[in-house]
Amino acid sequence: MAQQTIGISSFGAYIPRLRLQRKAMAAANAWFNPSIAGLGKGERSMANWDEDAVTMAVEAARDALPDSRDPLASRGKIGALYFASTTMPFADRQNAGIVSAALSLPEGIHTADIAGSQRAGLTALIAALEKVAAGSAAQVLVAAADRRATRAGATQEFQFGDGGAAFVVSGADVAARYVGSHSTSVDFIDHFRGEGEAFDYNWEERWIRDEGYARIVPQTVRGLLEKTGVKAADVDHFILPCLFAKLDQQLAQKCGIDPARVRDNLAASVGECGTAHALIMLAHALEEAKPGQRVLVAAFGQGCDALLFEVGTGIAAAQPRRGVRGSLARRKEETNYMKWLAFNGLVEMEKGMRAEKDNKTALTVTYRKRDMLFGLVGGKCEKCGTAQFPRTRICVNPNCKAVDQQKPFSFAELEGKVLSWSADYLTYSQDPPQHYGMVTFEEGGRFLADFTDVDVGSVDSGSRMRMVFRVKDFDDRRGFRRYFWKAAPV
Amino acid sequence: MATGIKDKVAILGMGCSKFGERWDMGAEELMVEAYLEAMQDAGVETNQVQAAWLSTHIDEQSVGKGGTPLSVALRLPNIPVTRVENFCASGSEAFRGAVYAVAAGAVDIALALGVEKLKDTGYGGLPTGQPGTLLPQWGANGSAPGNFAQLASAYRAKHGVSKQDLKRAIAHVSVKSHDNGAKNQKAHLQKPITEEMALNAPMIAEPLGLFDCCGVSDGAACAIVTTPEIARAMGKKDIITVKAMQLSLSNGLESSHNSWDGSYFHTARIAAKKAYEEAGIRKPREEVSMIEVHDCFSITELVTMEDLFISDEGRAVHDVMDGFYDASGKVPCQIDGGLKCFGHPIGASGLRMLYEMYLQLQGRAGARQLKSPKIGLTHNLGGAPSMNVCSVAIIGAQ
Repeated sequence: MAQQTIGISSFGAYIPRLRLQRKAMAAANAWFNPSIAGLGKGERSMANWDEDAVTMAVEAARDALPDSRDPLASRGKIGALYFASTTMPFADRQNAGIVSAALSLPEGIHTADIAGSQRAGLTALIAALEKVAAGSAAQVLVAAADRRATRAGATQEFQFGDGGAAFVVSGADVAARYVGSHSTSVDFIDHFRGEGEAFDYNWEERWIRDEGYARIVPQTVRGLLEKTGVKAADVDHFILPCLFAKLDQQLAQKCGIDPARVRDNLAASVGECGTAHALIMLAHALEEAKPGQRVLVAAFGQGCDALLFEVGTGIAAAQPRRGVRGSLARRKEETNYMKWLAFNGLVEMEKGMRAEKDNKTALTVTYRKRDMLFGLVGGKCEKCGTAQFPRTRICVNPNCKAVDQQKPFSFAELEGKVLSWSADYLTYSQDPPQHYGMVTFEEGGRFLADFTDVDVGSVDSGSRMRMVFRVKDFDDRRGFRRYFWKAAPV
Repeated sequence: MATGIKDKVAILGMGCSKFGERWDMGAEELMVEAYLEAMQDAGVETNQVQAAWLSTHIDEQSVGKGGTPLSVALRLPNIPVTRVENFCASGSEAFRGAVYAVAAGAVDIALALGVEKLKDTGYGGLPTGQPGTLLPQWGANGSAPGNFAQLASAYRAKHGVSKQDLKRAIAHVSVKSHDNGAKNQKAHLQKPITEEMALNAPMIAEPLGLFDCCGVSDGAACAIVTTPEIARAMGKKDIITVKAMQLSLSNGLESSHNSWDGSYFHTARIAAKKAYEEAGIRKPREEVSMIEVHDCFSITELVTMEDLFISDEGRAVHDVMDGFYDASGKVPCQIDGGLKCFGHPIGASGLRMLYEMYLQLQGRAGARQLKSPKIGLTHNLGGAPSMNVCSVAIIGAQ
């Protein structure tokens, strides 16, 4: 460990608004598998049709990054971005690069996808901490998100959730000091997903519990405590994502940690969010931890990663705007299991001929307009001050029309207002009716935007909207997807 | 110094096919149907036509690109044929091309023909096109009804009109057009509807229900134009001349600049002002006898009454409910049924509007003939409220 203080300077989380009711899931599936009736309790988070690991990572990162209306100016200190997920939308196109572009991070940074195991979120966090410790970046952004696929009626369908979390790791303004980490690497195949496969293949639960978790986790946690010289009794918050009820408490006890200090794994309210889950739980812990407390976070997956943090006095100032707490409060119950199947491609809906349009994307255009399409960057005329979207060579202000005077201007973090809208039942939408309307910005500028996370009857002229980065269209023929910004109710 | 188009060009003849679901015909046959009527009306032979303009919007659904489909269908004598496309205002553009050619003195007789074959798509409503390579990557995923429905929310917010009052007014707009369309044997939809039917119809795009949307039809319309002098020399009486021919296009202000409030058509107001000036009309509410407007959706027609300066701003709801635009009202609107009931074969619509005005001015409109109209106005719009092209033409007795 380097002597300098490094650690987490800010953090954030994102859990999609929809919460699928497990009672509805059980009711739809019990005819086929009566044993799952017992799983029909509580709810799990459910990504909207236009959300994926990338978009959820972007949302979590926006929550983690300091509040700013001008991302182009305020995010220059980030020297690297690590994105962790095992459900990245692209197998060969750097997904972290999409997250980075959506956040308008500088292009001269180091970005990487970290994947392959359920502990990838913590692996990314360790890599970020070590990079700052090594002095090769002042700040590193870590984002993890997952939208894990399961077959209809699988036990995991009940157990999993969708969500993301993000951390800014820094050598200054540290809110939770990095004490140390320890890892083990064991090719224990509790589950796997081969190249080109849509779903995981799972081995017997009892074996995973007894030979996997119960052996590998304590070994790693003990190693961490030994390495850092921290007593088990001094751990105030113990975090371990785990699908087996109470196993986290048993393993804590096995390591000498008071089971009462084991954090709620959000199984009842969210479900396990893959590589992001340890980070979501860490963010949740940091929302409640007091200065001086120690937080131990571990994640299992072909071995185990474990990290220890000591919460500092800066924790109060580092609280996210939404965080896990805010995410838990922002919820809408979903009882339509059929909608879940449709959103996750588990049933083939009759989409009608309007859905046949070819969504081939001109990648040259995507690249040329990348700050516009990924960063929601328009222009601001230097001559008359008019903000406008998109940025063009000639100013739109009828009294100006200055040529080549627009400087990049980001609309991503500005609040918009609905000027006009409609709920359209004709156009093809994965979630009809398709809401869209003219969104105007007080600073100037407007565009006709798709709305998302909106309920029928919930918007009108004057509604306040927040811009969110989402999937715009899928090109199923080519395995591509477009992203752009949409307006969601504040 | 330009002197405008007023009275420089006369309509020699017009024709219009039956609009509707023409399962029996393709665009080629529809063109001939409109053309034969126009030629008979004009009293000219094919070899007298010296230049032609073809308007069609969705080329991949109808005849393909270029001017050759018209030249081949009509067996034109190897004359210049230009295909024009300007969204749903394409028909007015074909007419403008022919009118300008005659006014310029380049030709004596020119032909404008618009056509659209929409019922070969396999589904109802307008087909969705490819709007280039950039717009699909960021433009809202919308349809025509959803785009035009935007007007309703903005109009309500601006004028403080309740949802119910606006819905009832736009229902009346459609009821009136269905009443008119019932008297038109060429119309796609010829059955009257009640206000209740309009109010309770399935929602297409909030607040527009099924009866707030125009028909999607196959059809063609044709005009043959010449100079008033030639028309007279040919023995024509009751000569109808072009009084104004204006077109205004959005330049991005509505879609990118906060000075537009979303409740009206910026272009329509500009085109209307210029057209009245060109035609020498000072008080449109008094001087215009009848209008055919681009009622793609009932809400479009309602706000257009203000954009044409016939209803005062914020008063269209009241004028509509008072029957001002009914067949028996002061300024009858959509006397042929409009896009709503005559139908909307896109490339033909601008010419179809002129066809009705022309028939009315000549006293040949049969069951729907108005009492001695003097001035007819057509308003032909293309695009969406936030980005569009708008044509305003005025014709009348010379």
